[in-house]
Amino acid sequence: MSKGGRLASSIGLILVAFGLVVVAVATLLTPGTPGGVVDFTKAQPAGQPVNLTVQTVGAIGYGPHPTWVSYLVKSPSTGKWIHDTTWQLPAHTLIHVTVMQYDSGSPLRNQEWGQVQGTQGGTATLNGKSFSVYNSYTGNGVGHTFAVPAIGLSVPLVGVSGSATNICGEAPCTPKFAHNKITFSFTTPGTGEYNWQCFVPCGLGWLYGNGGPMSTQNFMGGFLDVVQS
Amino acid sequence: MTMNSENNNKDPRHLRRILAIWLPLAAVGDLLFWFLVGPHVPPGDLTSTASSNQFDFNILFVIALPVMIGVWVFLGYSIRTWSAKRVGVAEPKGGSAARSNLRAQVWWITLTTVIVLFLAGFGTVELVIGNGSGGGEGPNPAWAPTGATAAELASATWSPTDNHVLPVQVIGQQWQFTYRYPTFGGFESSQLILPAGTDIEFNVTSLDVIHSFWAYQLSVKADANPGVNNIAYTKTTKTGNFTVRCSELCGIWHGAMYNYGKVVSKSAFESWATSTEAANAANTANLAPYAFTYTPDANGAAGGYYEDGTVTPYSTVEVYGAKQPAS
Repeated sequence: MSKGGRLASSIGLILVAFGLVVVAVATLLTPGTPGGVVDFTKAQPAGQPVNLTVQTVGAIGYGPHPTWVSYLVKSPSTGKWIHDTTWQLPAHTLIHVTVMQYDSGSPLRNQEWGQVQGTQGGTATLNGKSFSVYNSYTGNGVGHTFAVPAIGLSVPLVGVSGSATNICGEAPCTPKFAHNKITFSFTTPGTGEYNWQCFVPCGLGWLYGNGGPMSTQNFMGGFLDVVQS
Repeated sequence: MTMNSENNNKDPRHLRRILAIWLPLAAVGDLLFWFLVGPHVPPGDLTSTASSNQFDFNILFVIALPVMIGVWVFLGYSIRTWSAKRVGVAEPKGGSAARSNLRAQVWWITLTTVIVLFLAGFGTVELVIGNGSGGGEGPNPAWAPTGATAAELASATWSPTDNHVLPVQVIGQQWQFTYRYPTFGGFESSQLILPAGTDIEFNVTSLDVIHSFWAYQLSVKADANPGVNNIAYTKTTKTGNFTVRCSELCGIWHGAMYNYGKVVSKSAFESWATSTEAANAANTANLAPYAFTYTPDANGAAGGYYEDGTVTPYSTVEVYGAKQPAS
């Protein structure tokens, strides 16, 4: 190869390498929407409150981890329950959340999470009754929490009686099983990815209860993918 | 007369030339850095430890910069002066002087030894006078500000008009830090608000795995270990915002384990603390009694089934806060 050819080849390779680096960096820096999100942005006209309905179950009952505790979300388009914890929501929009809690409870490791935080009015409702603090050492304890740390949102999800004869054993659960209905509202922040999680270490059998379903996407944590409506 | 002596007599005085180039570059570089860059070097000056760390970084830099410039100047000078391709320069060049130069070696070793020993002493002094320089000192700190003994803090109150140390407990848990204020009834909050012009004692612990409390602009960093009260000190000097991050890989949401804090005026802090204490009173009553460490249930809190209205912990000593080890 001539000297000019070698020079051209070298410059070409350098440009290709540079281009790959640019693409890789741009890809890493560009916030992307995770695959498999449940889209709530088209559920209501822009600016209107969005209804988000989820359920928690003590055991999902199917898939590779049938005994794992999990969240499910109701599809805004089909009304079917979906095993997915990444939800796309419009920014700066009021979200009305309904949680159908089918799991039993226990005392919280940190009672701080017994306080309703970051909701509209600082309250939630439990079976229609407003509350702002729940003592997890009383009643049936707290089964799970729904928390978005980055926006200061945290709501205790009071557990059902473990001695109930109609405990739901396989998702999706229906209201004929023992459940608590918790509702609250919050306003989404600006666009971005906000992780949410349960603060009850409900991964029973793992170190400090935070492995397994607590450390696996689509079970006890996920993302609010907040986008422009 | 030896060959080297002849060469030395013929050669220009390279050392003087190198020094003549190096000295102004190093002096200008140091001055520019100290006055233009130094005041902006992280972590800033929000606290005494941040200012101290900034000063330490600047001292390290103004010592390292001349060394770095010296190496570069020598390298450049060598390439230009003794390049084998340079016309009229014999190859190989240097003879025995190029293999070793005892005087240069002695100077180099002496200077670098002095610099390293100085920095060791300087670092130790900074660590001592900075009460640990914002680092976790464990449950029995070797250095503490006046008024920060366990006995003094146990009975201490805080108000804008006194100069008492403010104890703040940092609780790491998968995956968020929460904060307790024992001088304000022991309320717990996800917000970290501090008063300006105040000595702060951070009592850092964990409810599960090892975390690390890193309040970047405060220049405070202390591991959060379960069952350990890791104490770190700083003194806030002015109002401002800061970021708290977990700096110990602690699981799936480790990357999201951060929040933002504020240093506010003493009166604003007192207002926030007293109003939050009142607002959180109902939940504070349910919290575990304030303790330096807590022993959580190793299996997690969930999974047990309880009768209606008769919830009891797995064990009286295994639930957060039920056990209060001696500190």
